Amino acid sequence: MFKKLGLTVLAAASFGLAQPTLAKPETYLIDTKGAHAFVQFRIKHLGYSWLYGHFDDFSGSFTFDEENPSSNSITVDLDMASVDSNHAERDKHIRDEKYLNVEKYTKAKFVSKAYKKTGDKTAELTGALTLFGQTHDITIDVEHIGGGRDPWGGHRQGFEGRATIKPAKWGNDLTKVLGPATEEVELMLTVEGIRQ
Amino acid sequence: MPLKNTAARFGAMTISLHWVMAMGIVGMFASGLWIERLDYYSELYQIVPHWHKSIGVVMVALMLMRLLWRLSHVYPSAISTHKPYEKIVSKIIQWIFYAAVLSMFASGYFITTAKGQPLIIFGDVSIPAIISSSANIEDIAGSVHKYSGFAIIGLAVLHALAALKHHFIDKDKTLLRMFGHH
Repeated sequence: MFKKLGLTVLAAASFGLAQPTLAKPETYLIDTKGAHAFVQFRIKHLGYSWLYGHFDDFSGSFTFDEENPSSNSITVDLDMASVDSNHAERDKHIRDEKYLNVEKYTKAKFVSKAYKKTGDKTAELTGALTLFGQTHDITIDVEHIGGGRDPWGGHRQGFEGRATIKPAKWGNDLTKVLGPATEEVELMLTVEGIRQ
Repeated sequence: MPLKNTAARFGAMTISLHWVMAMGIVGMFASGLWIERLDYYSELYQIVPHWHKSIGVVMVALMLMRLLWRLSHVYPSAISTHKPYEKIVSKIIQWIFYAAVLSMFASGYFITTAKGQPLIIFGDVSIPAIISSSANIEDIAGSVHKYSGFAIIGLAVLHALAALKHHFIDKDKTLLRMFGHH
């Protein structure tokens, strides 16, 4: 979404390609099909180490306007049952009603509200995160990794986002069942979009 | 009591398999419910599932032995005073039992191994995974395990009530035969 024209020109030049000036917002479909997008999280185990996991089923799109980055926006829908931490027993367990309760809260959703550039490559993305049936705003620190033509005739843009959330805010206090170190969950979000 | 069955009575092998597995099934069911309720910070959080799995594997070994024994040896005929429907229903329930125990093993195995981790029993005996899937097989296996478990216990209650009915109401030898009587 989020960068200056000069960077695009630079990126295009690095491919030896000419990039036309982009005048209006473009819509990008997040490339989940090619798995160039990841929704990862980490949470402390007992307070002694980080446990990493990811959600495998999600989809979404974003708009990207080089001239007017404040209009950049993104929407992502995610299937909570797709949580995966590479361990069958644990994954079955955390989908249980005591933890993520994925049968009741099948979906999570993020809809951006505001995008604010904070540097050449960085921005703050604020939006509404719906989780466990409640919606609250979060701010994601965004880094624009790169973008431009891909080798197969399309155009792509890619971003990384990081946010730290407290599930208790969405009514699901994991510390009650998993201990005090699980108050916060860090989200690591990677999206690469293909221009439509 | 002879080891093998005859046409008129159960032998020691069939009888001991029956009662050992009966206790095992009750214990597995109780420990299964216990596992569901265990707190993450309980000292028993790892121990109870470990023994549940270990005994479960022993149970399926006994089940296979029981099937082989049943299919390769004489099976006593039903008591002549049993009504025709009783003979049919008891046979059906027995075979559903056998199938359900095997289903418990298969589903329990996949809860643990669906993503490639081995099933470890008795400390360090490792039974390898045969799949490594991200398709939430462990959830399907979990549902099968739960419903098969309740089905077994439901049938066990029916089976026990029927045995008591034969003993106290019909006053026949159905129950006593499972203790070695003629």
